[in-house]
Amino acid sequence: MICIKDISIVDGISKTPYRGYILIDKGRVVEIGRELDIYSENIVIIEGEGLHILPGLVDMHCHLREPGYEYKEDIESGTKSAVAGGFTSISPMANTNPPIDNEGMVNFVKSRARTVGVVKVYPIATITKGLKGKEITEIGELCEAGAVGISDDGMPVVDSNVMKLALQYSKMFNMLVISHSEDLNLVADGVMNEGYMSTVLGLKGINRAVEEIGIARDIILAKNYNTPIHIAHVSTRGGVELIRQAKHERVPITCETAPHYFSATDEWVEGYDTNTKVNPPLRTADDVEAIKEGLKDGTIDVIATDHAPHHMDEKNIEYNLAAFGISGFETAFSLAYTNLVEKGILSLATLVEKMSSNPASILDIEGGKIEEGSTADMTIVDLNREYVVDVENFYSKGKNNPFNGKKLKGKVLYTIVDGKIVYERGEIL
Amino acid sequence: MALKKKDILGLRDLSVEEIDEILNTAELMKYILMQNNKRTPHLQGKSIVTLFYENSTRTRLSFELASKYMGASAANVSTSSSSVTKGETLLDTGRTIESMGADVIVIRHPMSGAPHLLAKHVDASIINAGDGMNEHPTQALLDMYTIREKLGKIDGIKVAIIGDIMHSRVARSNIWGLKAMGAQIYLAGPQTLMPLEIERTGAVVCSTVEEAIEGVDVVMGLRIQRERQREGLIPSIREYTHLFGIDGRRIELASPNVIIMHPGPVNRGVEMTSEVIDCPASVIEEQVTNGVAVRMALLYLLTRRRVVA
Repeated sequence: MICIKDISIVDGISKTPYRGYILIDKGRVVEIGRELDIYSENIVIIEGEGLHILPGLVDMHCHLREPGYEYKEDIESGTKSAVAGGFTSISPMANTNPPIDNEGMVNFVKSRARTVGVVKVYPIATITKGLKGKEITEIGELCEAGAVGISDDGMPVVDSNVMKLALQYSKMFNMLVISHSEDLNLVADGVMNEGYMSTVLGLKGINRAVEEIGIARDIILAKNYNTPIHIAHVSTRGGVELIRQAKHERVPITCETAPHYFSATDEWVEGYDTNTKVNPPLRTADDVEAIKEGLKDGTIDVIATDHAPHHMDEKNIEYNLAAFGISGFETAFSLAYTNLVEKGILSLATLVEKMSSNPASILDIEGGKIEEGSTADMTIVDLNREYVVDVENFYSKGKNNPFNGKKLKGKVLYTIVDGKIVYERGEIL
Repeated sequence: MALKKKDILGLRDLSVEEIDEILNTAELMKYILMQNNKRTPHLQGKSIVTLFYENSTRTRLSFELASKYMGASAANVSTSSSSVTKGETLLDTGRTIESMGADVIVIRHPMSGAPHLLAKHVDASIINAGDGMNEHPTQALLDMYTIREKLGKIDGIKVAIIGDIMHSRVARSNIWGLKAMGAQIYLAGPQTLMPLEIERTGAVVCSTVEEAIEGVDVVMGLRIQRERQREGLIPSIREYTHLFGIDGRRIELASPNVIIMHPGPVNRGVEMTSEVIDCPASVIEEQVTNGVAVRMALLYLLTRRRVVA
């Protein structure tokens, strides 16, 4: 038995935290109360004074790189990085090599995760065979094998007919379709947001229109065929506005953004630091403002990391040649707390919705709340703790993170998965 | 006399004082260059390596001669642009050159920011001899030197830059440098070759070449690459010349004392007519001479830095 006492509980259900204790036994929350009156030598006590406990964070968009790119990350290092970031359930994307486009590959990821992983891994499979954008995968079998969603993340499904078929076919299985929305022709060979900064730095731009055209098409498909859709990594004001309008018209749409889209702008590309190279690219201060508004008014349902680890050899090169992506598990919570909760944009309870309850409910997996009887997936954080990000301390193999050296507030201290403490103050147990 | 900076990466990060110092030093160097005996010991014992990932005749030769006139050991490495994506990385190549004792590495690279990457990782001074679409600071410095020499000042003059502004590192460096020194800049070119929000630099974007040239003291043409047509950015070179080509009729609109510049190499009859290139107002050949003087000045100022420090 584990007892966490004298802690502020944000349970994912009530709007305000309350003080009390949580008793965990056999992987479940067995009791939540005000004052603990049983004492036994068999109980491990965690002193929660000054700390907060949240439902375990859920990341519906990350890249674990296994199989195929184990030099960037693997399921073992990636899941360790996830627990260090406070995540208890994660959904890795399918753009591995080979991609997760059949039942066998889904089983591979699940079994690797059971063997070497330290968090719950719910795989996403591809929308199209071989990520080629031509033929839809055997979505029924992927669903039976345990995939919780489908996405060709990294590449949009360019052909609108293929996307339509995927949306209709997945609806039979309640399989979530996650769209990486982009107009590929308009991306051309852009490497950063198109605007004043790309002009100043002489780098080819990726206009906001690239994302907005992609999102608009997906909304129109979802609306006309009445099929649910989830839009990945929204980064622009126009994207937020399109989704807000679609929700207003009751289109069955959900969406996510990533911490870097409300924490950094294209001005960070100054100096050609390749750790700022990510797709969609870092946008302008106005877009950051719009992302925050979208999170506040509920247009944006989820904060997902889009954890995209790369090897240093893929970043320590010319900006044009460097890989797109940010290794984000281990800074996600602190960035969200520092830039959203501390700034008064979201309450802690709403942040928990965006990082735990909402993704759990969109993926239809357990988690997202703390109540008696629920699975004991929880994260304990110290909201007063300030620290300086040091990528050398990352559990991820990917040290590519533009927030290295920045001071952030709010630190994950413990991660508890199925009632077991798997991460405690910097150590994986 | 010395620059505090280790590297010359762009004019955007040079102060007015630093630009003045470079141009003043270049005056001395031009005097040396005009002598019968061009040898000076300013760079004796120094090693200068040019590392070019793109073809270049005048820029590389200009650096090489500048080094040799001042007694430095000069060597060059040419790498075809295909090796940018395969084989040795830029950093490995740069470190190798430094390990052989180079004091200054002059780099030209098809990708913006490549000199910045190198500068961060080696102790040798880096001079940017053109990086992608970003900057070509030594070209802009020689342009500014030429303007100052011909017109007596930069502050308050009007400069028109005509052509493919989007892909032009010469345009960017000139905008930063000339704006800092107090010039007013007018830009004209096809909208598809005009980078977004360029007006935020303070340059004025004109809708026609006539509007840009009207009353200016300097007309600067830029080379139009034929591949822009293949990329679909302009429908044809013929139409480009029709709309934006600099000819005698258009030059008539400029100030009577206008000077005509071009970073070279020129596509005669495309961005500029031969009539304009070869007219008395053209200073295109003097730009080349001044290029050697400016590069002598930069090499001297950068290598002095070590002695001073």
